[in-house]
Amino acid sequence: MVKVMVYPPTSMILSDLVERMGHEALVISKEVRKKINTPGLDSPPLNITPEDTKRGLRYAAVDVPSGVRGRMALIGPMIEMADAAIMVQGGGCNLGCAGCERTNELAGFLLRTKKIPILEMRYPEDETEAKWFVRKIREFLEGLE
Amino acid sequence: MRVTKFVVTSQDSEVLPSDIAQMIYGSGHDVDVKETCFGVMIDGEEKEIDEVVKGIRAMDPSGIFIKDRGFPPGDPRRCRGHRGGGARPGFYMIEYESKILPLISKGLAADAGGDEEEPPTEKAEWLSSDKLEAIIKKEFS
Repeated sequence: MVKVMVYPPTSMILSDLVERMGHEALVISKEVRKKINTPGLDSPPLNITPEDTKRGLRYAAVDVPSGVRGRMALIGPMIEMADAAIMVQGGGCNLGCAGCERTNELAGFLLRTKKIPILEMRYPEDETEAKWFVRKIREFLEGLE
Repeated sequence: MRVTKFVVTSQDSEVLPSDIAQMIYGSGHDVDVKETCFGVMIDGEEKEIDEVVKGIRAMDPSGIFIKDRGFPPGDPRRCRGHRGGGARPGFYMIEYESKILPLISKGLAADAGGDEEEPPTEKAEWLSSDKLEAIIKKEFS
């Protein structure tokens, strides 16, 4: 079983396809769950702790907007854990965790420079594209050790 | 550790959220179930949830999609009943992806059936400034 980072990290389709193939999908909700189960946080993930900002500084400089650092505090550790990644562009909905384009660019950059197997695609817009989309993801996941 | 998952049915699936809930109740697993407009939320211990997920997928392998959720069902920090209404954060992504689930379902069914689909044709890209300059020169020279 390989840990596969999906991007957008909130994608239901990608996490479902990864887990169907028997791999572990790294998604933001699992990171949020860890926060929820941490005592002492009133309203996670809206509450940022000093530890979060320190963790965010590992990926983005101090003069980078706090929204990027806050998101990277969750997304950064997932990138470090990832053995492979599937990135899908063209989604018509980028909100919340995936709502910052600068964070998305930084996460994409970090994944590409990590030298792990990466599949980059676009969301399908018709049936032919959807069949190709599913087939490419299956072949990619089957090829992971 | 307790985990929560969303179970979302594709629009063209013949399985209803109530069918999934009935199946879970009948399975005897110690899992909390909450029906929603797009499917169900299930909450329970990880081992129990993994077994339930297998049963749910078997109901419609290409028409049911499952994702993790951070907050448990009815959590006052997310439940719109406690926040004065409105869609909860995170719903918009599910709403967007739900619209293309029928396409993904067809893709999964075709893939399971061994269909060899030709790659889609490349779509026309934006006209680059160099190409536009070349067209202008050609037209007006």
